[in-house]
Amino acid sequence: MLEYTEKIRETAGKLLEEGKVEVFIGFKKGSVPMMNEPVLVRDPKKVELLYWDSNCGLNLCNYLTKRTEKIGIVATGCNSRNIVTHITENQIKREQLYIVGIPCTGMIDHRAVQHAVKGREILDVQEEGDRLVVKGEGFEESFNKADFLQSNCAVCTHRNPVLYDEMIADAVEEQTGVSAYSDVEEIEQMGSEEKWGFFTQMISECIRCYACRNACPLCYCPTCFVDESQPQWVGKSIDPDDTMTFHFLRAYHCAGRCTDCGACERACPVGIPVRQFTKKLNKDALEYFSWEAGLTLDQRPPLDVFRPDDYNDFVK
Amino acid sequence: MEHIGIEPGRVHFSWISSAEATKFVEVAKTVAEEVKALGPAKHLIKGRAEVA
Repeated sequence: MLEYTEKIRETAGKLLEEGKVEVFIGFKKGSVPMMNEPVLVRDPKKVELLYWDSNCGLNLCNYLTKRTEKIGIVATGCNSRNIVTHITENQIKREQLYIVGIPCTGMIDHRAVQHAVKGREILDVQEEGDRLVVKGEGFEESFNKADFLQSNCAVCTHRNPVLYDEMIADAVEEQTGVSAYSDVEEIEQMGSEEKWGFFTQMISECIRCYACRNACPLCYCPTCFVDESQPQWVGKSIDPDDTMTFHFLRAYHCAGRCTDCGACERACPVGIPVRQFTKKLNKDALEYFSWEAGLTLDQRPPLDVFRPDDYNDFVK
Repeated sequence: MEHIGIEPGRVHFSWISSAEATKFVEVAKTVAEEVKALGPAKHLIKGRAEVA
């Protein structure tokens, strides 16, 4: 992964120096291990800030919305799909962007690593090929990166960017034979009460911090429905029904748009698997409309067009 | 909605033109009947805030 860092710095430096872009959006090393931060670089002398490893799980597309300057941006498979969605939804113009494509082998689930070292304080995590070396006070352990992927990365079938101006390395092999929706299918098998119990339990720890919403590149409304007070669509307390309303409405707003980048889950401070809500809608979009978000600029999203053969059975 | 545990039959969708009064009556009747058959709603009912 370190070779990616060098190439990103080199490319960003060149783009900024030549004036092809005014700002370059990438990641810098976080102040704590496994927590890389988004960074916007304007000065070609500061490209050394840029960094890349398997802890770049946030979605940089968040920083594109309604920008007016020329932008360079690094993009993995899912991030590039969000860029496509942004262009389709008129949040940014293709001509403004110089996309540096990153073939991605998945991001690390920092909670799983924390769990694997039994909660001891991690001071440093280094990637050595397919291995992860985790160091802390008085311990050093090595793990197989593939066993510690974020759950969305483990079932990802679009690792290579779908839209780019240049690639940082050769494309990686796409995963085949992964069943992306087995967990959703399990829930579908449950009865109504069991489903309600499952989701109520799942969000019981939610503190309504809206980190999932803020991390999501799809959530760019000037005023979110949860922040509005006139009218107030949903209660602002941590009343379980209000919290449930927030979660499933947030998911609805992502219907046919979500690329399963996992930023919401990564950002959640209490570790709620919030993707369970959006995944059901992704599955429906795929089954009813053969649609996966952000794969092409040539097709309008399913909820944006009408076709006589659209799935219609629920309308009486 | 059904995926998070709202019973099938509680949420209905229909497309009725303003000229389709008869359809509106029919749909309203069916919805009322089906929802009554399910009994009172159990979820997403917010009570009044409890103030100590």
